[in-house]
Amino acid sequence: MTTILIKNGRVIDPANKIDKVTNVFIENGKIKSVGPKTPKANKTIDAKGLIVTPGLIDMHVHLREPGKEDEETIASGTAAAINGGFTSVACMPNTDPAIDNEASAEFVYLQAKRAGKANVFPIGAVTKGRKGEEISEMGQLFRGGAVGFSDDGAPIKSAEVVRRSLEYSKMFDKPIIDHCEDMDLIRDGTMSEGSVSVTLGLVGMPPVSEEIMVYRDIALAKLTDGKLHIAHISTKRAVELVRQAKKGGIKVTAEVTPHHLTLTDDYVKTSDFNTNYKVNPPLRTKSDVEALKAGLKDGTIDAIASDHAPHAEEEKDVEYNVAPFGIIGMETLLPVVLTELVHKKVITINQLVASLTVNPARILGIPKGTLSVGADADVTLIDLNKEWVIDPAKFKSKSRNCPFAGWKVKGKAVSVIIAGHVI
Amino acid sequence: MTPDKKFVWTQTHLLGLENLSAQEITHILDTAESFKEISTRNIKKVPTLRGKVVVNMFVEPSTRTRMSFSLAAKRLSADVVDFSPSTSSLSKGETLKDTARNIEAMGIDIAIIRHTAPGTPHMLSRIIDASVINAGDGAHEHPTQGLLDIFTMREQKGRIKGLKVAVVGDIMHSRVARSNIWGLTKLGAEVIAVGPPTLIPQQIRELGVKIAYDIDKVIPEVDVINILRIQLERQRSKFFPTVREYARLFGINSERLRHAKKDVMIMHPGPINRGVEITPDVADGTHSVILRQVTNGLSVRMAVLYLVSGQPKAEEAE
Repeated sequence: MTTILIKNGRVIDPANKIDKVTNVFIENGKIKSVGPKTPKANKTIDAKGLIVTPGLIDMHVHLREPGKEDEETIASGTAAAINGGFTSVACMPNTDPAIDNEASAEFVYLQAKRAGKANVFPIGAVTKGRKGEEISEMGQLFRGGAVGFSDDGAPIKSAEVVRRSLEYSKMFDKPIIDHCEDMDLIRDGTMSEGSVSVTLGLVGMPPVSEEIMVYRDIALAKLTDGKLHIAHISTKRAVELVRQAKKGGIKVTAEVTPHHLTLTDDYVKTSDFNTNYKVNPPLRTKSDVEALKAGLKDGTIDAIASDHAPHAEEEKDVEYNVAPFGIIGMETLLPVVLTELVHKKVITINQLVASLTVNPARILGIPKGTLSVGADADVTLIDLNKEWVIDPAKFKSKSRNCPFAGWKVKGKAVSVIIAGHVI
Repeated sequence: MTPDKKFVWTQTHLLGLENLSAQEITHILDTAESFKEISTRNIKKVPTLRGKVVVNMFVEPSTRTRMSFSLAAKRLSADVVDFSPSTSSLSKGETLKDTARNIEAMGIDIAIIRHTAPGTPHMLSRIIDASVINAGDGAHEHPTQGLLDIFTMREQKGRIKGLKVAVVGDIMHSRVARSNIWGLTKLGAEVIAVGPPTLIPQQIRELGVKIAYDIDKVIPEVDVINILRIQLERQRSKFFPTVREYARLFGINSERLRHAKKDVMIMHPGPINRGVEITPDVADGTHSVILRQVTNGLSVRMAVLYLVSGQPKAEEAE
């Protein structure tokens, strides 16, 4: 019998409304107890001064396998996840080929098992081949283990397809996760439309392109009573739309990325067109950032996710117009958000932990994100006060497209336990 | 005007006018003034950049800017290498970064780059040690065009401060407009952007520019009309219904000019779409300084090459 005692840590488990200095006891890969008892264990971890949370979940990552294994693999991506403090990730299906059938979802589980690191939950494509035309075999994908459906990387253009997918997915109680942007308004945009894009002569992506689609999807969620999740929300108005929809009882949830919470479009200019600030949705303005923070604080935004999007150096190190969108984020999410939001008292540590544990677990309907007795013993230990400098060269991810290089941060995940194994 | 000898030029690149001070812009203009005379000599050559190698990296088509830079470099006795994407390794899929590094390995001192992507000269300046001159990066900046426009205005009007300049046409896609706006506003001119709302981003106001949609209301009050080329290749998004309607609403013709100030200056960076943004009689008329702009481009580019090369002795140019 394998047992672990994590003692004297500040245990924060929002699922069970726990926030106190106490002990967590693990037996055979499951949580056995949370409380002051100090049962004898094979291994004891002194967590004095550390935060002990349910294993963190990053509900939106791109692991690139199959198809772009030079950028990331399920093995390297899960190593990066663990290095960032995550015990579970949900990966998007915009691989090549797309994860749009049962076998491909099972492939993700198989590769994750081979890698033997973090838990990986595949998100299946909403439409066959992510072409936006016909809904995929969602039932088969669900059977293969898909925990949600998304054509992420691209929006679902057809409102009819969104409607049918919201209706159909109700059978499995899994969300439709939409990347909201109206492509007709986006054209070949490379950054948010505004005074910075005008100054730089870069084609802008107007914020309204996101808001139109968020509104459309919410209207369809209301019509269908389906579960809608807005991926990487980025504008002030979109946050307001979600807020109002929630008040109206519509089943909508939303996630935000650390970069949209901390960076603005000014960085494109001050960095002299550094492509590590080229993301989609694009970095917005200060007022959008403030609205995102407010949305996180008042619960309008449920989760923080990295949208970890690895790209090979040679792909990013090109002219701004032709560089792909996206940055890596699993290894910077926690320190950046701790530094910029928790230590600066924008949100509490409890809110942060909820946004990375119980909330994404609830959205995806996965049995994770809690220290409830009998739950899988996935645990993250966080040193809230560890000061360090972000150096992408030390990351476990295969890619280095990180805009936070050189940032002085405070806070780090120092250890993770997955199914009772200390990693 | 002669350059201020006490002023110390510190820039090793010319990436745009946005990041230059009014003093630096004036210094370039004054330096260009001192180079003007060289082009009038029988032998139009000085040894200023002898032994230096200049590469023309024009990844986007160009006639006048490319020739102007070539001639300017040759008049300063630099060796000039031309590079074009269709005959280079770029057409074989090599990245610009690798191409630039290879070119630099051959001992380049100054790289002049034109590219469709905004920010490419900035990227290049991070990759190579040579000085980089932006010869137009997408819709971002075209600093030497801005400088030669301002130089020509100053030459003709004797001042920039207080001038009212209308920049007419496709502001949205124009690098010339942006460089003009940065340069002119820094030197105290008033700039009015004129064109249909689809081609004038509202945020341009934040650069200190007024916006007008009726050219006929603007013409009587301005000293300079700088007409931009209508980029017909951008028309897939239909920024205006037809070229004919654009010509009716914004084309500069002699009828419209009757309401202008007597000494109004007509400028155009070229190439001209005759009969669209400007009628032939205006393009070739007495108010037009279009060819003067081309001539002045040489002096301005000689000045820029000279300054970024870090040549310490102005007297070498003499």
